[in-house]
Amino acid sequence: MMPPPVRRIALGREPYVAPPRAAGVAVAPAPARQRPSRAPSAGVRQRMAIESVWLAYGENWVVRDVSLPVRQGEVLALIGASGSGKTTLLRSLNRLTEVTSGAARAGRITLDGEEVHALEVNQLRRRVSMVFQQPNPFPMSIYDNVAYALVESPRHGTRRRRRTPELERAVADALRRAGLYDEVADDLDRSALRLSGGQQQRLCIARALAAEPEVLLLDEPCSALDPISTATIEDLIVELRDTVAIVIVTHNLQQAFRVADHVAFMHLGELVEYGTSDQVFDRPAQQRTREYVSGAFG
Amino acid sequence: MAVGLAAERAIPPISHPRRTSVRSWPMLDRAAFALCWATGVGLCLTAIAIVLFMLLKGVSYLQLGQFIHSPSPSLHQTQSGGFSDPILGTLLVTAIGTALAAPTGVALAAWLSEYRRPAGLARAVESAIEMMAGVPSVVLAIFGLLVFSQGFLGFLSQKAFNGTVTGQSFVTAGVVMSVLALPLVVASTREALAQLPDRLREASYALGKTRATTIRRVLLPAIRPSIASGIVLGMGRIIGDTAIITLVLGASLKNEAANGTPVLGALRGTGSTLTSYVYNNSPAGEGNSHEKAYAAAFVLLMLVLVLNGLVTFLTNDRPPREESRRSRLWAVVPWTR
Repeated sequence: MMPPPVRRIALGREPYVAPPRAAGVAVAPAPARQRPSRAPSAGVRQRMAIESVWLAYGENWVVRDVSLPVRQGEVLALIGASGSGKTTLLRSLNRLTEVTSGAARAGRITLDGEEVHALEVNQLRRRVSMVFQQPNPFPMSIYDNVAYALVESPRHGTRRRRRTPELERAVADALRRAGLYDEVADDLDRSALRLSGGQQQRLCIARALAAEPEVLLLDEPCSALDPISTATIEDLIVELRDTVAIVIVTHNLQQAFRVADHVAFMHLGELVEYGTSDQVFDRPAQQRTREYVSGAFG
Repeated sequence: MAVGLAAERAIPPISHPRRTSVRSWPMLDRAAFALCWATGVGLCLTAIAIVLFMLLKGVSYLQLGQFIHSPSPSLHQTQSGGFSDPILGTLLVTAIGTALAAPTGVALAAWLSEYRRPAGLARAVESAIEMMAGVPSVVLAIFGLLVFSQGFLGFLSQKAFNGTVTGQSFVTAGVVMSVLALPLVVASTREALAQLPDRLREASYALGKTRATTIRRVLLPAIRPSIASGIVLGMGRIIGDTAIITLVLGASLKNEAANGTPVLGALRGTGSTLTSYVYNNSPAGEGNSHEKAYAAAFVLLMLVLVLNGLVTFLTNDRPPREESRRSRLWAVVPWTR
């Protein structure tokens, strides 16, 4: 598919011009870190490509000319202040932006070389799954929450969700991958709404993992959670990166440093800097990045 | 003073602030308060009076035999039979009306709140439903009679010897009744759907589910209590209506099947319900056996009260014992499961 014309750019805001700053502002040291030691992933390969993507809601471009690779075997973190377009960019990867009316796109997003708009949208979303900021389990049992993601066509026992051994195994497997199985195994028929916030979020991750996606999008998955649940989920993210490509949006710089292999810093819809986590946090090339990661604004 | 750590802190006694006395209010507020209070008490007294009066009258005239005996035309109260036919009629009309209104209403509500396309049609449907909610039932009834007495719809009711179609039968009455109940089902379903957070929908879309699957598997099950209460409200409306019964069911003394196959014959036949029975036997009607009317009215009242209780039960938000409540709901709205 041809990208749509970019003529609406003129209607958007002017490009960002860094405000002049007083010389000699001391840059605070990079955030304290305790990164889980981990071996570099073996087979890093590119799954998705974001190529000069522009995204608009109504008449405003909220993402401007961003190009990024999404690789399996590593975690990509999108950081930036509120309103920098990170979440919009993330949602465009599985075309969830289209749920909002008035969303427009220019540029190319590909999954394994195929333009995402050429794929059937529900197929795409099964391959590129998403976990949201607020835990949003369905008001049904834990088992049904995961089984719902698995059952494909109405022919495969949707009506009563018969517990075939394969389905049970798949559900248990998804819960295990999300590190939730041991906590809920004794009663999978319990309502998912009775779980704690951290458990609910891991259930949502299990649900997203159940259909074996190739890319997992995480939109501030820990912002509603306590530090212990957050640590659990961060470990999980690092564990999962070998099997799925992970993109995470976060406001928490320490978190980005702990889980990400590559970091992209966005500001007012533009990609300011992209590099390895060490590079962006220790040796940022751009003045704005340096200010943001040192807490000067944001 | 030093920072009070848990161990060394003295525990103060709990004192709740006193409520402000009405005496301290301005005069106008006090008058309004008294008026509200009096209205409330008056309402309660009226409700109690209705139930108590019907209870006394009803229980004194009610006999178990009335539930199993058909009504028969007689001036003697001992020989005029019971109201088994009207009870059956009420059940039948309610069943037909609900069976039509519930799925249609839920589907309409889902379309109106989840799709709304084409927008013009959605707006038109919206106002049509609002209009239907406001139409007096006797107007619906006479319109229904007009429609169903068309020759090509004769198979739904009966033909007289000269070929005119009566338009009166359980089926036609049920259809007209469904129009009466439809707005209630649509309203409660729509409202509940509108209150569901968008993140529920997004979560489902993000798993690669279509809109239809999301509605059927996530949204409708989530609002099952509201759907059920809308349906029960509709049932109450159907049970209580008299005009449609008189015009479209015929309000005959007994349920009279049309000749033909047994079940279909009964559906095409005329009959009565509790409301028409009460009307006919009341001092205003021609039956003039008001003892039976009181007894039947009592049964009718009980039926409606039970339904109201069911609504309260279904919409109750107290933390439920999930499994048991679920299975009870399942009995009311099977297809959302």
